[in-house]
Amino acid sequence: MRYIPNTDADCRQMLDAIGVRSVEDLFADIPAAVRLKRPLRIPPALSEADLAKVIGGLAAKNADVGRYSAFLGAGCYNHFSPAIIGHLISRGEFLTAYTPYQPEISQGTLQTMYEYQTLICQLTGMEVSNASMYEGASATAEAVLMAHRLTGRNEVVVARSVHPEYRQVTHTYAQQINLSFKEVPFTSAGAADPRKAKELLSDKTACLVVQNPNFFGVVEDLTEMAATARAVGALLVVAVPEPVSLGILKPPGECGADIVAGEGQALGVPMSYGGPYLGFFATREKYIRQMPGRLVGATEDREGRTGYVLTLATREQHIRREKATSNICTSEALIATIATIYMETLGKNGLREVALQNLRKASYAKEKLARVKGGNLRFSGPTFNEFVLQVKKKPADVLKGLLKKQIIGGLELGRFYPELKDCLLVCVTEQNSREEIDALAKAMGGGR
Amino acid sequence: MSGPTIGTRGLILNEPLIFEQGSPGRVGYSLPAADVPEKKADKLIPPKLLRDDIPGFPEVSEVDVIRHFTRMSQWNYGIDLGFYPLGSCTMKYNPRLNEDMARLPGFARAHPYQPEEVSQGALQLLWELEQYLAEICGMDRVSLQPSAGAHGELLGIMLIRAYHTSKGSPRKKIIIPDSAHGTNPASSAVCGYQVIPVKSGSRGVVEPQAVAEVMDEEVAGIMVTNPNTLGIFEDHIVEIARIVHGKGGQVYCDGANLNAFVGIARPGDMGIDVIQLNVHKTFSTPHGGGGPGAGPVAMKRHLAPFTPVPTVEKKGSRFTLNYNIPKSVGKVRSFYGSFGVLVRAYTYIRSMGPAGLRRAAEVSVINANYILSQLKGTYHLPYDRFCKHECVFDDAIQMHDNVKTLDIAKRLMDYGFHPPTIYFPLIVHGALMIEPTETESKETLDQFIAAMKAIAREAKENGDLVRGAPHYPRVSRMDETKAARQPNLRWRPKA
Repeated sequence: MRYIPNTDADCRQMLDAIGVRSVEDLFADIPAAVRLKRPLRIPPALSEADLAKVIGGLAAKNADVGRYSAFLGAGCYNHFSPAIIGHLISRGEFLTAYTPYQPEISQGTLQTMYEYQTLICQLTGMEVSNASMYEGASATAEAVLMAHRLTGRNEVVVARSVHPEYRQVTHTYAQQINLSFKEVPFTSAGAADPRKAKELLSDKTACLVVQNPNFFGVVEDLTEMAATARAVGALLVVAVPEPVSLGILKPPGECGADIVAGEGQALGVPMSYGGPYLGFFATREKYIRQMPGRLVGATEDREGRTGYVLTLATREQHIRREKATSNICTSEALIATIATIYMETLGKNGLREVALQNLRKASYAKEKLARVKGGNLRFSGPTFNEFVLQVKKKPADVLKGLLKKQIIGGLELGRFYPELKDCLLVCVTEQNSREEIDALAKAMGGGR
Repeated sequence: MSGPTIGTRGLILNEPLIFEQGSPGRVGYSLPAADVPEKKADKLIPPKLLRDDIPGFPEVSEVDVIRHFTRMSQWNYGIDLGFYPLGSCTMKYNPRLNEDMARLPGFARAHPYQPEEVSQGALQLLWELEQYLAEICGMDRVSLQPSAGAHGELLGIMLIRAYHTSKGSPRKKIIIPDSAHGTNPASSAVCGYQVIPVKSGSRGVVEPQAVAEVMDEEVAGIMVTNPNTLGIFEDHIVEIARIVHGKGGQVYCDGANLNAFVGIARPGDMGIDVIQLNVHKTFSTPHGGGGPGAGPVAMKRHLAPFTPVPTVEKKGSRFTLNYNIPKSVGKVRSFYGSFGVLVRAYTYIRSMGPAGLRRAAEVSVINANYILSQLKGTYHLPYDRFCKHECVFDDAIQMHDNVKTLDIAKRLMDYGFHPPTIYFPLIVHGALMIEPTETESKETLDQFIAAMKAIAREAKENGDLVRGAPHYPRVSRMDETKAARQPNLRWRPKA
């Protein structure tokens, strides 16, 4: 076996040095009654070449956005990612390192995380960021738990325009400690209804959770939501599944958000059929002791040289155990490294330009699709790179027809919203050319 | 230094923060030319919802970025550089074939909501991986959803809670041995459970009597790590499971150390109801400086009705996602799990086969016992018995010369090794927890043993050398107190 260097002869020498006759003697403490008396029933080992063929065959059965023209978003976005990212994160020093518990020989990971935290603060307009969570939905759930700890209140008000899976995950977490939920409906603009939000919020509310841009692609007025929450002493949690939007949108921190929890996948991370992704999590400085996750801080060594360490660990499970702010341990350092390289490579101008391209292409597609036979824009609010299209034919049939033309046309909203069962959620990014958008419109019935 | 030292000083470059580099207008990217009308943002979105600028964001070239990260990478230690005996973390070699497979376009560029009919390869891989993991664990179903080991623990406790709730009451308490990872009590607390600790006995394992004393009908279950964090197999596990089941409780196994007995015994055959697997440990996926991981949860049939949605099912020759699980706890993350990490684990299992997986467990145990046998006497062994995949020493001997575990750990860096896990498990004062894994050769182990012996000599003869370590890395010991007292968690422009 090429991953196990020691030969039988090496093992023999070691067993002799240990003073046992056979390896069996080292397993004598596992009761005979529970020993497995047969080989595991899994396929026999394959050579590297044979296995690459088998797995290559599986991969080839899937659509990929290189071969299909895809208009799917809904929490996972097809963005361009610079070639250098794959090369840099393949360096064994990043790839094969552990969590940086020993700072003297982990400064590469630590400085990268310090830069990541800074970039997330700059992007979201918040004061502090942790070094990553698992992904956007569980980060949002952790934000809600943090709001519950900070306010001591047990009620959560969530906009129905928040990603359905984020709501579901938040609910799964929160029901463990019996938090209760209220839902803010959406308006004809496709935004969370501010008047209903005001009605639902009270002095029992721990937080109001909204998403921006929301699940329908609509840009919410966060400033108004923050004021509504603040008026009753509740916190505003903003979920951001599409952070590329922050290249042009006013950051939640400037709008009065207390916690921003988001999905970093859009920042150069492969879609990879749903993961691994990157939860980002940022808040105000005064809430830092209740923040979950790892934090990297700057300090100096014995000679006064600047360096970085994991810090404020007294919030964490390995020190505080059942009193920790979260049970999270391993998070997403390498994916955060991808996002860091992406943000630094695109920089100030690049991220703005990508965001603008998304906005313009989606706006072009929106106009085109609004004119196809039976097509209608469901909501009137301003959108970023996604929008909801109402169709006359059954959405499932529309998508099936498109798939025959190598087009993945969007998401059927009926699976999450019965009231939108005649609607598709369409996403357009900088990866979709005008030609592709025109082909989509043509395949859906052309102009009116 | 001479002899065991493999650490030397190479040319390591300084590299400032990215925010202190670059110049206005410098770019590192190229984007396609605009092919749709270039409307102004404020014509499409109300200006009050827009920003003009991202203050502080860098402006650097592609070459700047490459050098920045390459230089920083050289300040890191990784398995690719050398021996990384971090106990309980299982730092084994990360096969590169796994990386290539995860990056195939059909996986890396597949959208999670694309239609099932054009996702059959991904679904087949997930379905097959579930079968393999269920067989390896002796369990009935596996949820591939959790993102890491602790996330798996959390799901495991949620399943137990849902199971009890379906019988009338979630119950109130979870029993956890004092040798457990900190994630165990934290995961229980996230689910609202009170933690009841039990002490390990003098043999380093949990004694059934101790469990029986605290087990009652308010206890939802027990969390046992097996082999435990001393590297010792919990040989009373069957009896403990009987006691817990006797009062209607559930047995959770923290599978962080499953790598010690894959193919030799199975948790499901020991009375364990639910276990999480750390694929970034047992199944060789890279740690990446702290993730991504994946923490599949394997469970017995009676817990399966509560598993998160969706599961992958096979209908004839078609694979499909099943969201129709009425009693499901819901979801613990978006989509289906850390798919790319699961592709790596799948690749590893199929590279190893049944014989290879068993061999990995055996050699990991031989390697650990070899280190134990060679360092015994030089370092104090608090539990003097054979171990499984890791062994735990402490600093009792070196403390006579005022050299403590932290000093030994730091001095190992000068010899070219990553230190073991230190000060854990908490039940051993000054613990040094060494896990060699099966991917290390005898020569590497001998070099490490020689370094440990050399440090023990230095502790006697030149304690200051050890207390002042490390001397070779780019930076020396960090002022962690300052970091915590005056938190500096982000760069800000100089005023």
